[in-house]
Amino acid sequence: MKTSEIIASDLFNSDSAPIKLRGAHFPVEEIRKQFPILHQVVNGNPLIYLDNAATTQKPVSVIEALKAYYEMDNANIHRGAHTLAARSTEYYENTRTSVKEFINAPSEEQIIFTKGTTESINLVAATYGREFIGKGDEIIISTMEHHSNIVPWQMLCQANGAVLKVIPITDTGEIIMEEFDQMLSSRTKLVSVVHVSNALGTINPISEIIDKAHAVGAKVLVDGAQSTSHLSVDVQELDCDFLAFSAHKLYGPTGLGVLYGKRDVLEAMPPYQGGGEMIKEVDFAGTTYNEIPFKFEAGTPNIGDVIAFQKALEFFQIVGRENIHAHEQELLAYATEKLSTIKGFIPVGTAREKVSVLSFLINGMHPFDVGMMLDAGGIAVRTGHHCTQPLMKRFGIEGTVRASFSVYNTKNEIDTLYQWISRIAKRKN
Amino acid sequence: MPDINTVQDEIIEEFGILGDDRESTIFYIMELGDKMEPFPEAEHTEDNIIKGCQSKVWLTTKEEGEKVIFLADSNTDITKGLISLLIRVLSGRSPEDIISSDLYFIDKIGMGSIIGSQRSNGLTAMIKQMKRFAIAYQAKSNAS
Repeated sequence: MKTSEIIASDLFNSDSAPIKLRGAHFPVEEIRKQFPILHQVVNGNPLIYLDNAATTQKPVSVIEALKAYYEMDNANIHRGAHTLAARSTEYYENTRTSVKEFINAPSEEQIIFTKGTTESINLVAATYGREFIGKGDEIIISTMEHHSNIVPWQMLCQANGAVLKVIPITDTGEIIMEEFDQMLSSRTKLVSVVHVSNALGTINPISEIIDKAHAVGAKVLVDGAQSTSHLSVDVQELDCDFLAFSAHKLYGPTGLGVLYGKRDVLEAMPPYQGGGEMIKEVDFAGTTYNEIPFKFEAGTPNIGDVIAFQKALEFFQIVGRENIHAHEQELLAYATEKLSTIKGFIPVGTAREKVSVLSFLINGMHPFDVGMMLDAGGIAVRTGHHCTQPLMKRFGIEGTVRASFSVYNTKNEIDTLYQWISRIAKRKN
Repeated sequence: MPDINTVQDEIIEEFGILGDDRESTIFYIMELGDKMEPFPEAEHTEDNIIKGCQSKVWLTTKEEGEKVIFLADSNTDITKGLISLLIRVLSGRSPEDIISSDLYFIDKIGMGSIIGSQRSNGLTAMIKQMKRFAIAYQAKSNAS
């Protein structure tokens, strides 16, 4: 079977239109069948995977597409004079089209494949940043950024004398917009803000942030690593200058990400890395560079994963963003309400608008201990600082326990989580 | 005081009873940590922190006659339980015994699979530091 012949599944043998829910019933058991990894026993208990903000599991269509690519289609893309090369090129570029549609970008050329959100941000820092941000210019980020949206800008500021400014947040984990307003000035060249906090789940008012930044002439990079899997992210509607996100948090393969950029900005940017693919012509006297997006895709890309990623986007589309969001919100509300009744349960991040991320502490217990005990029960959560050390410092804590829910999680799983947390909390409460 | 290997064998037997029951094992390790001798507050210093551990681990020593007494603490209960095992095996012994000890109980009780490879590295760092202390005591007593 060729990659192109793999359909999402019998369940999803529709024409890629979102499934229609019968009443309020979300077919979670049917969806779970699409994820082979979920059906296993861990430490004597059925696996309950609640580490989705770190990475989501992959539907069988993605796994099969990856296998089929290597079994049937593997060839280096572009410029091949043979059938396999033509096939792999076609599939690779098809994914670019799917990504374009997924975020409603104006054209395929504005979709650049990278290793992940981290590389996408580093690409912008190393190219746009070096070319267009100089001494005394200001870059604004927020307190709740992931390290990958802090360190590249710190490195840039160190190199070129720009100034990094940080928007403070409230105790509930929301950006203080008045402070942001005051930071903006003609010196602001870039605002790089996370759409959804990985550690807290906070949904930031990204449209308002973009509009305000544009009003002073600044560009805006949206870190969409955590938002693209939960919310509708329409780059034209948002009018963001850059959007960075990862495939593996979107039911796709690891080691693959996307950078979207506005055409004029991408065209004005110098290349990121030098090598094959990114050139138009190489001569020892000088080299001319390829057009976008290839200018930013030096070397043989992650072909197999890009091709399989299309199946992830297809899965997402067929289940339907609205359906996924509604299901996840229901799980979040259920879990928050239930766990809040446990003595010693301390939620961290209680913003009004949140995705399905529940960060918490158990009074008197280290997150690591809680995580290890949950693991004994087959429950996978993340513990620690979640690569947001400045945010943890803001709350005066070392880290949290984070349960994050996805399309395939159930209320039964949350009941089991509740039972375990209740027992664990009793140790110290 | 039973020798090092006798204590190690006792620990292996205790963990053997727990078998593959991970839940009981984890809870047992945490209880061991709860029972540890309190760590002096003044010793919670940056210098006493063991480098290479994911959790914070403090280690200090005191000399009682020719024996080395280890005192340790951690900010996580599981790590505290694990280091309590090391203390049970190595504390109150001569520097020579500590230096020449072969801590086979760690593999035998399957600690690697309990805490994962990264944290096992932390445990190795802890053992190295304990042996370094013993070497320092030995050098000091040889010099005097």
